Amino acid sequence: MDRPHRGPAGHALKGGAAVTTNSAGPTRLIEARDLVLSFGSTPALRGASLGVGQGEIVAVMGPSGSGKSTLLHCMAGILTPDRGEVWFGAQRLDTLSDEHRSELRRNRFGFVFQYGQLVPELTAEENVALPLLLSGTRRGPAITAARDWFPTLGLDGLQRRRSGELSGGQAQRVALARGMVARPEVLFADEPTGSLDSVSGELVMDLLTAAAREHGTTVILVTHDARVAAYADREVIVRDGVVGTLTGARP
Amino acid sequence: MGHGHLSGRPSLLRADADRGLDGEARERAADWSRNLSPSYFPGEYSQSILPVMSVPLTLLGLLERGPSHGYDLKRDYDTYFGQGKPLRYSQVYATLSRLARDGKAAPGPIEQGAGPERRRYVITDVGMADVEQWLAEPAPPEPDLQSELFAKVVLALMLGRPAASYLDAQRGAHLQRMRELTDLKRGGEPLTVLLADHSIYRLEADLRWIDHTAARLDTLSKAVQQ
Repeated sequence: MDRPHRGPAGHALKGGAAVTTNSAGPTRLIEARDLVLSFGSTPALRGASLGVGQGEIVAVMGPSGSGKSTLLHCMAGILTPDRGEVWFGAQRLDTLSDEHRSELRRNRFGFVFQYGQLVPELTAEENVALPLLLSGTRRGPAITAARDWFPTLGLDGLQRRRSGELSGGQAQRVALARGMVARPEVLFADEPTGSLDSVSGELVMDLLTAAAREHGTTVILVTHDARVAAYADREVIVRDGVVGTLTGARP
Repeated sequence: MGHGHLSGRPSLLRADADRGLDGEARERAADWSRNLSPSYFPGEYSQSILPVMSVPLTLLGLLERGPSHGYDLKRDYDTYFGQGKPLRYSQVYATLSRLARDGKAAPGPIEQGAGPERRRYVITDVGMADVEQWLAEPAPPEPDLQSELFAKVVLALMLGRPAASYLDAQRGAHLQRMRELTDLKRGGEPLTVLLADHSIYRLEADLRWIDHTAARLDTLSKAVQQ
């Protein structure tokens, strides 16, 4: 997957982020420490901790309402925890201003959600180019970079389609390209195959993990589906707002 | 383990209980299993633990492709269905003899030439009808419930041991196996992928049962300790 056109985001920083090390575990690229977050009087996280290494693919499992998506949103800087810390390399994320956090999200993180959430007015290639356009890349190079992903993800010929003209699996692969186009250091995937049939879902997971491994992208994958989790290097399980492991390893 | 071996419901549990328990715990397990409410077991449970694939019908099916020597049948059986457990030659020839006796396959003429393979077998119309019927008939729906796992959970609850953490350990082992199978699929031959998928879906069914059970441990615990 050779991609000559690079957006402005990500690569200059790639591998450049100072990474905290933990003597008991692998090099951590992103880490949640003891997160507590309540929605009103309903606690969602009650001391959740998770460290994920550079290039690692970690599945976050757990029953509905366990707090797994909330954990992902906190680690991605979408939500701010009431207590606890989120570290991205040497940078503390939860205390950044909204503006800085959204810049970080735009430039160094990628996202894939359950329902692709493509912008219906835009073509597939414009959707893919969106993160680059939002961070200031000119349209020409952004679209060129976006188009590079189409053959890789088996989407050739669909560049000009709008989301209404794509199947669910195709739309989700477009969303994956959008998540990866800016070469994020961390890809956050929340039930990325949740709306797909098993064959389409398998294709999305094959492509997602292949792309992540190719680019050394760290992936935090929230899923309740064991078949999806099996694509990860390891899994953790969130129960009642706390992260546990199944193997006795540190979360 | 074929059908019928497990027809007495409590014996399944007792067999497992006897293996892992001693003294008082075994007594309690035995008492409990004798008093099981019949509704506790779905009817099909006892008759569907790991039914073995029918070797004769599978060989007959392979024979339907064309006249074959026993050697060819064994080789193809091992390749496609053996899963690391090859058939013995004696089993192949004994099966072919029985199939011939029952009129489902016919031995061809003795062939001239060296080597132990003296004749080919040909499937008969009766044999083809058998294969057709076998293929068309659904296998007994298997509850994807491993007897050992079930017995462990029930015993853990009964004995007040940490069923949740046993289930977690099982979940971890299942996920690890699923990860290995998923790796195996990457770049695997289509038949490898097909087989791995089958295992993955069975493991998934177990995992769903594990999740469901884990979510209801309190209720189950009360039911078991009554």
